[in-house]
Amino acid sequence: MKSVLKPAQAGTLESNDIMIIVEPGANGIVLELESIVKKQYGESIRQTIVETVKSYGLSDLNVKAIDKGALDYAIRARLVTALSRAGVGPEREGKA
Amino acid sequence: MIVRRSALFVPGNNPGMLQTAGLFGADVVILDLEDAVAPNEKDAARELVARALVTIDYGQAQKCVRLNSLDTFCADDLKEIVPSQPDLLMLPKVHRASDIKDLAGQLDDLERPSQKRIEILAIIESPQGLAEVYEIARSHYRLMGLLMGAEDYTAMVGSLRTKGGEEIAVARSLLVNACAAAGIESFDAVFTDANDEEGLIKDTKLAKNLGFTGKGAINPRQVKPINETFNPSATEIDYARRILKALRQAEKEGSGVASVGGKMVDAPVAKRAVNVMNLARRLKLIGQGDD
Repeated sequence: MKSVLKPAQAGTLESNDIMIIVEPGANGIVLELESIVKKQYGESIRQTIVETVKSYGLSDLNVKAIDKGALDYAIRARLVTALSRAGVGPEREGKA
Repeated sequence: MIVRRSALFVPGNNPGMLQTAGLFGADVVILDLEDAVAPNEKDAARELVARALVTIDYGQAQKCVRLNSLDTFCADDLKEIVPSQPDLLMLPKVHRASDIKDLAGQLDDLERPSQKRIEILAIIESPQGLAEVYEIARSHYRLMGLLMGAEDYTAMVGSLRTKGGEEIAVARSLLVNACAAAGIESFDAVFTDANDEEGLIKDTKLAKNLGFTGKGAINPRQVKPINETFNPSATEIDYARRILKALRQAEKEGSGVASVGGKMVDAPVAKRAVNVMNLARRLKLIGQGDD
């Protein structure tokens, strides 16, 4: 089972972007999400983040995400970068 | 026939701009991993651009990625970007023909057999690159064009960059000539004042008259004036039409020579007329049957 080695972050607080901060965890995948479109797309963003984290074989991770209207591809890209900076990866799934 | 009049630079680490880059009518969108991205954000930009290439619909625009130079992060860029299959890769700071061969060799290794071959667009932005520009232009079949990088070039030469562009007159002409001799496309330097449309149009007209086939743009607002300036004008189309008509008439009459307005139509003039009409047809400025 893989684990996150150190806290890391990626992304910005600009429009259409998302800032993602990951930290080692001990209680499963714990996601704290702030989003300007949480009402409409909160569940979809949550699903994208959890799916991507699981694709790395990670079971314990704290994720904080501050979303400014990022599309799915940008959410995945920022999360993958944060995980890579945290010492996990590289990812081997497709880029879509 | 691929039309590449305008090539719009877009910062590679900005999701909002990556998403809208295809909406402004640019013939080429250049997702930039080099100057627009800080060194400590290169990893994030690569990841974002690689995913944007396979996610965002850029419409008619060709997808290009500006790599970092061969002596910096280029190899890391290639590993991430090539699988996402851009149409073009732009290589900055090309000083010699072996730089193009080096990149082409790396592409040979990284491309999948079923993948469409990625073409190379190189930036000439140093005195050495300009001194060797013809060797560079003819260096490899993947190379589809050269772009004049005027800011770096003038800084290295020690000249003052001006709106009039007198300081790059020789460089522009050398680059255009090398590209024409090698049969590849030539792109003029970007016009850096995004608020000066009049200056942009003047600069673009000069580029077109010098023989450039397209021009870089640093702001979406610059795309339309560049495209419109590179479009064949009504006068050019009318002249081309008269030349082709005269050639058909001469052929019908069994004469080997045609003339328009008292001037003989020789092979280069005829070829230029055909090119103007093809471009006008491709841009829907004239009908399909109009020749």
